[in-house]
Amino acid sequence: MTIAITHLARRFADFRALDDVSLSIAPGEFIALLGPSGSGKTTLLRILAGLDFPDSGELTQDGRDLLRVGARDRGVGLVFQHYALFRHMTVFENVAFGLRVRPRARRPSKAEIADRVDKLLKRVQLEGMAGRYPSQLSGGQRQRVALARALATEPDLLLLDEPFGALDAQVRVTLRRWLRHLHEEMNLTTVFVTHDQEEALELADRVVVMSQGRIEQVGTPDEIYQQPATPFVFEFIGKSNKLPVRIQNGRLHAGDQRFDADGLDGIADGSGVAYVRPEHLALTPTPLESGWRATLRHIYLSGSVAHVELDVPALGQTLEVELGGEESQRRSLQSGMSITVQPRHLTVFPLAGNSGEPDITRRRVVHPRYGQAALARWR
Amino acid sequence: MSRRVLPGFGLSLGYTLAYLGLIVFLPLAALLVKASGMGLDGLWTTLSAPPVLAALRLSFGAALLSAFVNAVVGLLVAWVLVRYSFPGRRLFDALVDLPFALPTAVAGIALTALYAPKGWIGEWLAPLGIKVAFTPLGVLVAMIFVGFPFVVRTVQPVLESLDRDIEEAATTLGASRLQTFMRVLLPLLLPALLTGFALALARAVGEYGSVIFIAGNIPMKSEILPLVIVKQLEQFNYAGAAAVGVVMLALSFLLLLAISLLQRWSRRWAER
Repeated sequence: MTIAITHLARRFADFRALDDVSLSIAPGEFIALLGPSGSGKTTLLRILAGLDFPDSGELTQDGRDLLRVGARDRGVGLVFQHYALFRHMTVFENVAFGLRVRPRARRPSKAEIADRVDKLLKRVQLEGMAGRYPSQLSGGQRQRVALARALATEPDLLLLDEPFGALDAQVRVTLRRWLRHLHEEMNLTTVFVTHDQEEALELADRVVVMSQGRIEQVGTPDEIYQQPATPFVFEFIGKSNKLPVRIQNGRLHAGDQRFDADGLDGIADGSGVAYVRPEHLALTPTPLESGWRATLRHIYLSGSVAHVELDVPALGQTLEVELGGEESQRRSLQSGMSITVQPRHLTVFPLAGNSGEPDITRRRVVHPRYGQAALARWR
Repeated sequence: MSRRVLPGFGLSLGYTLAYLGLIVFLPLAALLVKASGMGLDGLWTTLSAPPVLAALRLSFGAALLSAFVNAVVGLLVAWVLVRYSFPGRRLFDALVDLPFALPTAVAGIALTALYAPKGWIGEWLAPLGIKVAFTPLGVLVAMIFVGFPFVVRTVQPVLESLDRDIEEAATTLGASRLQTFMRVLLPLLLPALLTGFALALARAVGEYGSVIFIAGNIPMKSEILPLVIVKQLEQFNYAGAAAVGVVMLALSFLLLLAISLLQRWSRRWAER
């Protein structure tokens, strides 16, 4: 049951909700559509559910044209952001709904329906709640009723719209893990929409990062975090420092520093932007020649990680650095002290000549080469 | 120190009870006292008179029927006003309230003129053998007219507040449009629909002005209960008028109570 999305486009008046989106979903996959609001992720989900239709493009399931199939017959389970439970029905009736509305020929007998609903309620840990109304349930319980209701018809594809958005943090984490288990136990193919990167990175096999109706990057959570493909992904996922740089003769100039570097072959001289994650910056109180001089403005520990803010006069900006809490203690870092900071590696996007926008097709990961003597002194 | 969060409970309850007593209960009690003056025998003779019984049947029968018609049509109109946008929708929306604003006598005269055998509508119905004005059918038409806004106005806000989500959820679960309406939307609208039904019914039972013009007021045939009361009053039979009034009151109360219980059942899901 492979679902192929090809060149989907959807417009609402002047707003491009989806702009040439292509993606393929393999059976058993758990996929997160991640992006800020207005990025088109919910539109894509609604098109998959058959509640909205694209202006152009194709949507097929094993070669069958899904755009000719309405929401009613598409056989997808959809869990709404605010659950959309039928509040005049009990939990049992809610879950049984999808089975009861089937045409007589395909409708299971009453006993079978009761049996299936009971099993599902057990599965979502709501035994004993069958007779309650949605208004008598907590948010997490409503969420699970919505899930059980969507699963009752044994859909090929389970879709979830911001499934944990309305829950408090504690419940959210528990439900997340539980959903992941359920996905594996029941052999589901699941697509969910979220704006919460932590949720996406923790749950999904593959993350689809979207912005302004386009897919920015598709990859495993690890790839998305470690090798962001575009400036947007750098800025949206995790933290990063953005630096203006110049590329000259295969070397990278940033502030007063010039880095001999691998990886810049074939990049013409010109300006660019570089991104570096806070944990990819190295600090030392020792004054070094290679590396920017900086003043430590602020340091705070959150859990096991120390967050450091540095003023870097040569760059005219502040840099964020993260290092292990133990390391920060060993180096006895404190506000006001002078520091040398070096990037371990940076991702560089040369600016395109005509538009001045970062050119994602010429993205390079740059590892500066520091002298052996300098490296030795880091120890 | 007061531990109540909302202030003014004593004052507001006292005010409410005093007001209700003065405006509602006192006149009703006077009615009962007046009617009881004639004794059980007198009461029975007055009420068992055939014209009174016929009027009783007509008044409540036509009122119930008109409330049903208004429930169905009102739901439809509310649906159209909420769900579709079309030119003139606001104007149409404002027109719904017109039967409230029009003096009932004006409505009665207008309806009579329309439905009389020579009227704009009546002249088309007459060849088909349908007579509206000066028949029980005319009573029904007038009652439908005056009760029309109630269901629209009670259902409209509830319909507006329903999320499209639940309909989409029903669709993705495989329900047809009809199933979605019958199983999901109608049960949610039922409490408001019943409120509108009760209001339309109450208004139709008590309606006088518009009905007497179109009804023709033929005893045993198209005479309504309020008119019977007026006729008793004209003969200075105050106790008899009060007796008929008490019967109307009792029947209306029972009907409204039944609707109210039904309504409670229809919102059992909202109770905690």
